[in-house]
Amino acid sequence: MEKRVVFRSAWLPYALLAPQIAVTLVFFFWPAAQAIWFSFQLQDAFGLRTEFVGLRNFEALFADSRYLASFRTTAVFSVLVAFFGIAISLLLAAMADRVVRGALAYRTLLIWPYAVAPAVAGVLWAFIFAPSVGVVTYVLRRWGIDWNWILRGDQAMLLVVIASVWKQVSYNFLFFLAGLQSIPRSLVEAAAIDGAGPARRFWTVVFPLLSPTTFFLLVVNIVYAFFDTFGVIDATTQGGPAQDTQILVYKVYYDGVKAADLGGSSAQSVILMCIVIVLTALQFRFVERKVQY
Amino acid sequence: MQIRTLALALALGAGSAQAQTEIAWWHSMGGALGEQLNALAAKFNDSQKDYKVVAVFKGSYPESMTAAIAAFRAGNAPHILQVFEVGTATMMAAKGAIVPVAQLMGDAKEPFDPHAYLPTVAGYYTDLKGNMLSFPFNSSTVMFYINREAFRKAGLEPRAPKTWKEFQAAAEKLKAAGQQCVYTTSWPSWTHIENFSAWHNLPIGTKQNGMGGFDTEFTVNSPLHVRHVAMLGELAKKGMFTYAGRTNQGDGKFASGECAMVTASAGAQATFRKNSKLDWSINFLPYYDDVKGAPQNSIIGGASLWVMGGKKPLEYKGVAKFFAFLSRPEIQLEWHTGTGYVPITLAAYELTRKSGFYDRNPGADMPVKQLTNKPPTPNSKGLRFGNFVQGREVIEEELEAVFAGRKDAKVALDDAVKRGNEILRKFEAAAAR
Repeated sequence: MEKRVVFRSAWLPYALLAPQIAVTLVFFFWPAAQAIWFSFQLQDAFGLRTEFVGLRNFEALFADSRYLASFRTTAVFSVLVAFFGIAISLLLAAMADRVVRGALAYRTLLIWPYAVAPAVAGVLWAFIFAPSVGVVTYVLRRWGIDWNWILRGDQAMLLVVIASVWKQVSYNFLFFLAGLQSIPRSLVEAAAIDGAGPARRFWTVVFPLLSPTTFFLLVVNIVYAFFDTFGVIDATTQGGPAQDTQILVYKVYYDGVKAADLGGSSAQSVILMCIVIVLTALQFRFVERKVQY
Repeated sequence: MQIRTLALALALGAGSAQAQTEIAWWHSMGGALGEQLNALAAKFNDSQKDYKVVAVFKGSYPESMTAAIAAFRAGNAPHILQVFEVGTATMMAAKGAIVPVAQLMGDAKEPFDPHAYLPTVAGYYTDLKGNMLSFPFNSSTVMFYINREAFRKAGLEPRAPKTWKEFQAAAEKLKAAGQQCVYTTSWPSWTHIENFSAWHNLPIGTKQNGMGGFDTEFTVNSPLHVRHVAMLGELAKKGMFTYAGRTNQGDGKFASGECAMVTASAGAQATFRKNSKLDWSINFLPYYDDVKGAPQNSIIGGASLWVMGGKKPLEYKGVAKFFAFLSRPEIQLEWHTGTGYVPITLAAYELTRKSGFYDRNPGADMPVKQLTNKPPTPNSKGLRFGNFVQGREVIEEELEAVFAGRKDAKVALDDAVKRGNEILRKFEAAAAR
């Protein structure tokens, strides 16, 4: 039987929804509409002169090889962050699920990084990997590895991926742990009685049952990599060296805020908005089919 | 007791609210520099009763500029805004958003003589008609520092190489003696492109480095530019040049004794002085001795004070009074000796010299001497490129590609010019209408 609350009053449901709608309108729809409007304009920094230029901002963007390179950077970055974020947290959750003694302590420690602000996480890892004084740098140098992410693009990418993954693992961990605990013991035990080893039990029984969680986390992690990693990048590489870690959202910030190019920046954010809408739609359309609820 | 305090507070509050006109000053001087700046404001406020300058720290240079632009759009910009040198063209183009300093001082009938300023300083902030647009405040330039102890250890005379040829010879000796980091630099574009060009009397861009109009183009891919950047790339490859980053990260590597040589801002002297164990000297930048006329003079960095538009005449009078106060030689001396920024008026330089400050701090007058080495040419007056915040980063990205060994110097500088010109054209399109 379906549980349903029926409002008798005609206006009460709307009144209850109003605050949320107001917040969404003011903080999402209004700025989004403004971004779309600005993306068709050429403005000077102070807003003294404005000209309607149609699609010129978009044309300029797609003629810019570095903007196109930023797509590749973003793709590499978000795939790495989502994959490692999910894989590591799944491993940790599977381990933590089996711990009998001190489980609470383990869990608390694993969830801890989630409370750290992205910028702080970035600075933290930047210190550990700092080119001349970092702890890890010191060890790497002993092994003969020249670690200098200020100059090397691949190392800079590795650094921001590590910082972003570390930050996100806790969140994923929580969901995986909850997912694992909701799997009926009897299913796993039945498989064990049938002679399936731990690995086989995991891949044929547990993992398929976790697929709704995994799918949800995939969407969340991609969105996280696209937008929320801004703080990590701003606090460490600032998009460098030579734009090797300049993901799309960082370029929006850079062009709009630092370079005062509002038209170009707005055009980029409009494109970014479209990408995320399409990505999420695609994920629900295709990946969700393979998910067993 | 309580009533008396209350009455006193009321009287004071009423008094200041009626009589004083507040002047908002947004700046980017953090830490010790911020304290010096607040001291200036306090001194002005104590010196008279009609105006009160309220100094507000608004974060880094780009941050305070962004904040002021947003505030201007919302209709509540500060009266005075400190803008770094690369933002000059953007501010200049914003007619209606700013009040030229020459006009402000003229309207307020305050004494103001642009010729009192060092030519390299005044030229940076003056338009082609000779009107000073912003008020020079904190200026520095790039200097070359060496660790004398490291030189001695490598069996070298503890004297700085004068030319890039001597520099290379010294670098090889230092490397051979086991020096981990031989040379590093802060501010790569400001040092190795902008100041390098002025020092060798080379144009950075057409139209007098952009001062003659917005239709300027970069010229940083000349044979000498390519030669210099290729040389740096070669040094990096051989492990004699350690790249530290785009801002002042090089300062720390030198201050800690890790690097034996550094090119850094004149303002870095304060940091180096703090480390008493460091045996260092401050020197002119190296140059190529086969280039005719080199060395010319170096150019400034730092910031100037812009007056924002749309305020009341009485407030502008206060701003003018404050600028007249800041121009006084004794105030300039205090700022120069307290911060390490160069003295920006000739009178302040003389006064500092007479005070014996340079005898007590050998080398502290080197930056001024380097800035005034020769009368500035159109190539060494300064530069004015639209959106140069972006333009400079383009140059730095291309330099990084060379230092990392991924690009040939010629290709990188050609790309820098091409990409830089795109930014200039976009600025021209937005500003020219």
